[in-house]
Amino acid sequence: MPTSGALPTVALDGLGKRPFGLYLHVPFCATRCGYCDFNTYLGAELGGGALQAGYADMALAELRFARSVLGQACPQVDTVFVGGGTPTLLPAADLARLLSAVRAEFGLAPEAEVTTEANPDSVDERCLAELRQAGFTRVSFGMQSAVPSVLRVLDRTHTAGRPQQAAKEAFSAGFEQVSLDLIYGAPGESDDDWRASLEAALITGPTHVSAYSLIVEDGTRLGRQVARGLLPAPDDDVLADRYLLAEQALSDLGWYEVSNWGEPCRHNLGYWRGADWWGVGPGAHSHVGGMRWWNVRHPQAYADRLAAGHSPGAGREQLGAEDRRVERILLEVRLRDGLPLRLLHAAGLAAAVRHVEGGLLEPEAHAAGRAVLTLRGRLLADAVVRDLVD
Amino acid sequence: MPTTDPASIRNFCIIAHIDHGKSTLADRMLQLTGVVDARQMRAQYLDKMDIERERGITIKSQNVRLPWTADDGRAYVLHMIDTPGHVDFTYEVSRSLAACEGTLLLVDAAQGIEAQTLANLYLALENDLHIIPVLNKIDLPAAQPDKYAEEIAKIIGCDASDVLRISAKTGEGVPDVLNAIVRDIPAPTGSVDSPARAMIFDSVYDSYRGVITYVRVFDGQLSTKDRGLMMSTQNAHEILEVGVVSPEMTPTESLSAGEVGYVIPGVKNVRQARVGDTLTTVRNTATESLGGYRDPRPMVFSGLYPLDGSEYPALREALDKLRLNDAALVYEPETSLALGFGFRVGFLGLLHLEIVRERLEREHGLALISTAPNVVYTVLLETGEDVVVTNPSDWPGGKIAEIREPVAKAMVLLPSDYVGTVMELCQGRRGVLQGMDYLSEDRVELRYTLPMGEIIFDFFDQLKSRTKGYASLDYEMSGEQASDLVKVDILLQGEPVDAFSAIVHKDKAYAYGTNMATKLRELIPRQNFEVPIQAAIGARVIARENIRAIRKDVLAKCYGGDITRKRKLLEKQKEGKKRMKMVGRVEVPQEAFIAALSTGKESAGK
Repeated sequence: MPTSGALPTVALDGLGKRPFGLYLHVPFCATRCGYCDFNTYLGAELGGGALQAGYADMALAELRFARSVLGQACPQVDTVFVGGGTPTLLPAADLARLLSAVRAEFGLAPEAEVTTEANPDSVDERCLAELRQAGFTRVSFGMQSAVPSVLRVLDRTHTAGRPQQAAKEAFSAGFEQVSLDLIYGAPGESDDDWRASLEAALITGPTHVSAYSLIVEDGTRLGRQVARGLLPAPDDDVLADRYLLAEQALSDLGWYEVSNWGEPCRHNLGYWRGADWWGVGPGAHSHVGGMRWWNVRHPQAYADRLAAGHSPGAGREQLGAEDRRVERILLEVRLRDGLPLRLLHAAGLAAAVRHVEGGLLEPEAHAAGRAVLTLRGRLLADAVVRDLVD
Repeated sequence: MPTTDPASIRNFCIIAHIDHGKSTLADRMLQLTGVVDARQMRAQYLDKMDIERERGITIKSQNVRLPWTADDGRAYVLHMIDTPGHVDFTYEVSRSLAACEGTLLLVDAAQGIEAQTLANLYLALENDLHIIPVLNKIDLPAAQPDKYAEEIAKIIGCDASDVLRISAKTGEGVPDVLNAIVRDIPAPTGSVDSPARAMIFDSVYDSYRGVITYVRVFDGQLSTKDRGLMMSTQNAHEILEVGVVSPEMTPTESLSAGEVGYVIPGVKNVRQARVGDTLTTVRNTATESLGGYRDPRPMVFSGLYPLDGSEYPALREALDKLRLNDAALVYEPETSLALGFGFRVGFLGLLHLEIVRERLEREHGLALISTAPNVVYTVLLETGEDVVVTNPSDWPGGKIAEIREPVAKAMVLLPSDYVGTVMELCQGRRGVLQGMDYLSEDRVELRYTLPMGEIIFDFFDQLKSRTKGYASLDYEMSGEQASDLVKVDILLQGEPVDAFSAIVHKDKAYAYGTNMATKLRELIPRQNFEVPIQAAIGARVIARENIRAIRKDVLAKCYGGDITRKRKLLEKQKEGKKRMKMVGRVEVPQEAFIAALSTGKESAGK
């Protein structure tokens, strides 16, 4: 990774022909959830709140840095997504300031989608109104569950019922799109708990719901508890049943990606469809024209790089033609539209036929030249990918 | 030409069970006769291979020439021939015995005589060898020399007081043994003037010197002036060097009647100079061989496959190398649907198999997987055709009139307390009791005929575990018998997996099938579809298990824009998939094959 962060012309060539997004990573949380392996820090871990307080300035510095690297070809921004961590730990004014900077440096496309993630208990009506006022159009709440015992296992601090309340407040504040994120398969969660969570989420009429299965990651507190036998590991058959329950409950919203239902998040679609985006913030990932890079993870190291006028990038890879082909299969297969069969080699094409016969790919779509997962196929997507890339 | 006077020569070998102290006694004799001084001495001096030293077994015969001034004050030449100590190498033992006029019967004073020792003793008696009974380890607190001297006296028909009592470890009594050899073992007979006849009792390949044969000269003389002739093949060859071993190879002008030494015959591999053959000379050719020559016959077959398919050429090369030094090793290429390219390899027995495998892995750095060993079956078809089956895959499909399997005469020596449980074991293995004798009050000799196929399947381990390790086993091939055998196939989703097919007795087919199916259900990961596992005899299914379909194989987690991580994960999964063997559509991890083939694997009897 060159300290200048300069991109080769091949990467910059198609800029603006694909959607362009900005991701802002806010690596702070009030408490750490036992299952989470994202790049996030507590104030105390960083020696007081100085880095958190100075975060907006650092992010602004990277925005300006990005602008200079992308140069003349730099397009307007189609989507902005502020994620974390807990973005709403920052004052709404900071988020507003960042969005203004995006406007000033890059310009926002007229119909731009501007999302922030939020913890249900770190926002209130006033804060939501400020964010809407500043130009945010979409808010995504980490609801996770409506069942108190499940929230406890997940170390979530909000009370059951608060997410629904927050969603209502968001609609009142004028947000066009409100999303709720759910997690299924936590230790101790029953099918009924999961049904209750799905129903509770739908009551508020969200435009979008994500349902992720709990993944036990090494290096997390949950991972250690499972390794020591204190908590049972989620069972794949149970997770499959939970997914089917989710599909049943959310079918009116309609799936568009394996874990997402409702009005698609355009920013996330960009990830699946090979769009360009710049990721701002510690540990954030970027992609521009076949070049992927990722920032240093620690906020202090990140701040130091930017202060020195250097790229905060820690490493990067230039994708070759085969890498891009594999990635397209890997990513697009998860979408409702699937992928064009022309991406496949002979062995992959044969595998696709096999999977149509085995009920994992849709026959009609296959006949029309696309590989599209069936409901059962969605649950076995990774196995299908392993065969299609051959 | 100076030759050693046959009257001053004594040729002897040592019959002993593993751990009864044969190598220690040999070490002591080397020291006592001054052949090896204390500075050069190392334990198990004569066992040259690492495997021999580690396992405390002798695989290749060794011999050494020991000068000894006996208690009569005269100088003698003693030739000691160290013999392999395992049932797989009975033929080699018989040749070593045939090279001698007498033998030490060495028995642990704390354990008494063991089956293999007894079997070799019978072999020695058949060869009219003079037996010198010796009880070793009398320094052990647990030694019962009186009891075991009685036992030995009863077996060989001598007086208990004739049994020498020594400690090879401390050296106590060892000179008496050397004196007894001089006194009791007859000097070799044979005429120096007759045409040369020498018996090859061992043949090894040395990468620097080519094939080296160890011989006992019965008649005449051999020297480098002669051209040699192998009587079984009538192949003539140079004689590059002759000499004696004391304990390093020392060239001499000649070897003459009565002597033991080595001949380097200028041939390329041990097949051209086989154990048991008679070596004579072209100039003055003997008319009759010494007799007793036999082609080595493999008894046990197993498929050997490299774990990494790309190592197949390396495996071939390694086998070719081992073959230079192992006249009994036979192999031919074989392809397994499940395991890829490998070799069907024939062995003298299970220990031979284990040794070959270990040498391939250790000396050639190969990682191998071996299929369950099987014996050689003869299948007579109704068409009158005979099919020899060394591999379950070769089992004929046509109408079968009769199936013949090899049987062995087995001898088990055991404490009388365990007779019941061992009889039960032998009965369960289709054994037929041939006789039972009390060697002493509490030690019994059981004689059974047993199908060879039963002996190679876990029999020795079972015997050891049922008798807390006290029983010992010996067996020799004794022909064939007609039996009710079937081939059991294991099918995954209807596809037979050749590596798991086995030929078993009809009454055991169900147990084998159920056991394999259950094991595989646990070893094979769930697939996207249900996988039935069946055990079948022909078209008839005798056992069935199911591997339930996997229902979830998708990472339903938000990684943000970290696509690199997702792709790396896929690459890792693809690597894992590459290590899978495809059986039809079923992906079977290599580890599952190894685990399924290795459980129930026996360690060879020693």
